[in-house]
Amino acid sequence: MIRRRTFASSLLAAPAIWPLRDALAQTPRDTLVMAAQLDDIISLDPHESFEFKGNETTTNIYEKLLTTHNTAPDKIVGELAESWEVSSDSLTHTFRLKTGRKFASGNPITAKDAEYSLRRAVTLNKTPAFILTQFGLNAQNATQMIRATDERTVVITIGEPISPSFFHYCLSANVGAIVDSKIVEANKQGDDWGNGWLKTHSAGSGPYTLRAWRASETVTLEANPHYPGKVQNRRVVTRHVAEPASQLLLLQRGDVDIARNLGPDQLKSLASDSAYKVQRSRKAAVIYMCMNQRHPELAKPKVREALKFAIDYDAIQRNIVSTTYDVHQAFLPLGFLGAIDDKPFRFDPARAKALLAEAGLPNGFTVTLDYSHIQPWADIAQAIQATFAQVGVKLTLQPGEQRQVITRMRARQHEMLMLYWSPDYMDPHSNTEAFVSNPDNSDNARAKTLAWRNSWSVPELNAKVAAAVRERDAEKRAEMYIELQREHQRSSPFMILLQAIEVAAMRASVSGLDIGPINDRIYYRETTKT
Amino acid sequence: MRRTRLASFGGWLVTLPLTLLGLLLVTFLIGRVMPIDPVIAIVGDQASADVYERVRLELGLDRPLYEQFFRYCTAILSGNFGRSVMTSRPVLEDITRFFPATLELATIATILGVAAGIPAGVLAAVRQGGKIDQAIRFLTLIGHSVPVFVLGLVGLLVFYAKLHLVPGPGRINVAFDDIVTPVTGMLLIDSAMQGEWEVFRDAVGHILLPAGVLAYFSLAYIARMTRAFMLEQLRQEYITTARVKGMSEARVVWRHAFGNITVPLITVIALSYAGLLEGSVLTETIFSWPGLGQYLTVSLLNADMNAVLGATLVVGAVYLGLNLACDLIYRVVDPRTR
Repeated sequence: MIRRRTFASSLLAAPAIWPLRDALAQTPRDTLVMAAQLDDIISLDPHESFEFKGNETTTNIYEKLLTTHNTAPDKIVGELAESWEVSSDSLTHTFRLKTGRKFASGNPITAKDAEYSLRRAVTLNKTPAFILTQFGLNAQNATQMIRATDERTVVITIGEPISPSFFHYCLSANVGAIVDSKIVEANKQGDDWGNGWLKTHSAGSGPYTLRAWRASETVTLEANPHYPGKVQNRRVVTRHVAEPASQLLLLQRGDVDIARNLGPDQLKSLASDSAYKVQRSRKAAVIYMCMNQRHPELAKPKVREALKFAIDYDAIQRNIVSTTYDVHQAFLPLGFLGAIDDKPFRFDPARAKALLAEAGLPNGFTVTLDYSHIQPWADIAQAIQATFAQVGVKLTLQPGEQRQVITRMRARQHEMLMLYWSPDYMDPHSNTEAFVSNPDNSDNARAKTLAWRNSWSVPELNAKVAAAVRERDAEKRAEMYIELQREHQRSSPFMILLQAIEVAAMRASVSGLDIGPINDRIYYRETTKT
Repeated sequence: MRRTRLASFGGWLVTLPLTLLGLLLVTFLIGRVMPIDPVIAIVGDQASADVYERVRLELGLDRPLYEQFFRYCTAILSGNFGRSVMTSRPVLEDITRFFPATLELATIATILGVAAGIPAGVLAAVRQGGKIDQAIRFLTLIGHSVPVFVLGLVGLLVFYAKLHLVPGPGRINVAFDDIVTPVTGMLLIDSAMQGEWEVFRDAVGHILLPAGVLAYFSLAYIARMTRAFMLEQLRQEYITTARVKGMSEARVVWRHAFGNITVPLITVIALSYAGLLEGSVLTETIFSWPGLGQYLTVSLLNADMNAVLGATLVVGAVYLGLNLACDLIYRVVDPRTR
């Protein structure tokens, strides 16, 4: 009978899967394998990359003139530069390069490469270029302002007398990477400065070279034989695994050594297992809420203050993001120069109600909240909706795709909005400018800072931001930022809610993954597995 | 006779490009009314005003809509689908990488689904109301109603994490990366062609679970439809006649009844295959399968319109192609159309 035969043959097929399980129960010895969400990378050209994973990758491939170590993030040290000096007018910066250093290609690293790289970053003018162009450098003046004066010396002249430490922090960002000018020039097409080629190839001097980047699949790095320090793993493979639950399974089965995007639920299930450990590092990113000042009710100072007391910060942290965020209420994340840990706000419905009554709104009002539809934003938004309701404010939730939320904010179409902010470089000016500065509140302003997007402009504060960035004395500078943050907490239309914690879950035998406060400071080279 | 066949072929030649053009136009317009700024998607939120403006001009967004669309269509005709923002590569190159992954998965899933679904459906119809029928109906109901991502996660948990029968998410073990030179882009075929049998085995292991999950899903549909078609046929008088004539049960069921349901069944299979070829986003996400579904979704969420349009065109072409293939197969299996 045909029926029986079909049945039998389908049964026969079943044992065929038996021998097909992975031949390798572990990752290869000399290869570090990570599972992470990689789909944000759009370019691995260090002068173009501005995404989290793109920056993390390029920082392991390229070196800058200056950098900071994660053990002391507020101290500038030389990476390719051996020494540097600043003229008394703070305009001319002279860097001496280390001797005997080579690129991965074997070409020596010269001042010409530094000159070429910084000119390239400024002239290409891709997304991260503003980190350098804000000092008055641009495509027209790059050849005069950035000059190699001999084999080992490069001199950079900036347009304005700005705090030298600020300029140095900016040079230590990814956009300050020094590329192998001979290799890049050999691969240029037209006047693209080799950008088309460098998006998917590498020409650097860092611990690794790029072997392959396959979008939404893998990034494979290979040790650079000319790197002077020890590189523990011959290869580092990062696999794109979008689903955190899948990342956990891969880690538990030993198919990856490190899982980078586990959520609180997955981390809980690892907590009691001694075969794994979880590394937590404070990250310089905050979740904030903002109130558009074009909204008549939100423009009232008492209303802004009231709403800051209508959020249960601790409960949100404890119940929703216990492992991945800490409560933080100032715009400078902890770890930055001048950061403060003041927490003046806690959930106080009586006080919030009283303030609303003072503002003439004893019965509250209705307002919308835009936010990204994914976790943890969705849960946080609901928690805020619940506590707002207790003080009589009806919050209408408007979840959206993240880029859609950003588009709305840039068009100043939102009422309230909740988003994530991560600084562009290690200097406090990055966040201060974004959260405070708004010198031109008109619709076609060039600088669309967060303050601008909420139509909030206070001339004295703008002046204070400008003064702080020119201050040469680091201690005085820190004082100025502390004062700005306290004022911001008191009067601004922003509530800072939480500071992120970067969590990496790994097998207990893995150690040495060096995670810093920003993505330009995540290093693989000392990671070992025993 | 010959004239009608020619006419229908000519009809295809006209409707094919028109359908694709319509599809492109609709997708293009949806992309432009979407409340996502495509420039932000490229330059990020923190870019300066001049960078923003330059990219806007580069994308041609300052031109009127019809001109943008016209430019896009002319470029496509010369084989230029533009560059994807997300991957920094030409869209055509991306599609030749992502689509084979989906094609491989969908084809295997459909073969498995058909191989198990048709016999199951026929068996259930023949034993209508019996224990086997109830079991098959129960299993197919589950396959049809449990979300595919639940099946996928449970499958991973059981077969990968607990039983260690299959390897985990991904198309291939990282140790085998870059060994096989892509020719067709389908790992199974490429590795077999190049005699890399270890890679082949690893690829088979990796595809089993995702293909199995999708196969279960399509099996459920195919089995239920087969059963319904068969029941209708088995009630007909010609079946009774055949039985009265003393034909064997196998001949009655397979030659007479089954022979008469092949045409609608082919439509069912083709639709299910086309559905899988669109790329199943959830399955691809859970199994880290770099397929067309994931590519299309991520591109859409980033307003990466070149990629979205390119991928949509492929999906459209797949539907049209399968439609055409069905028409041809009908002519072979159904004597009435000859």
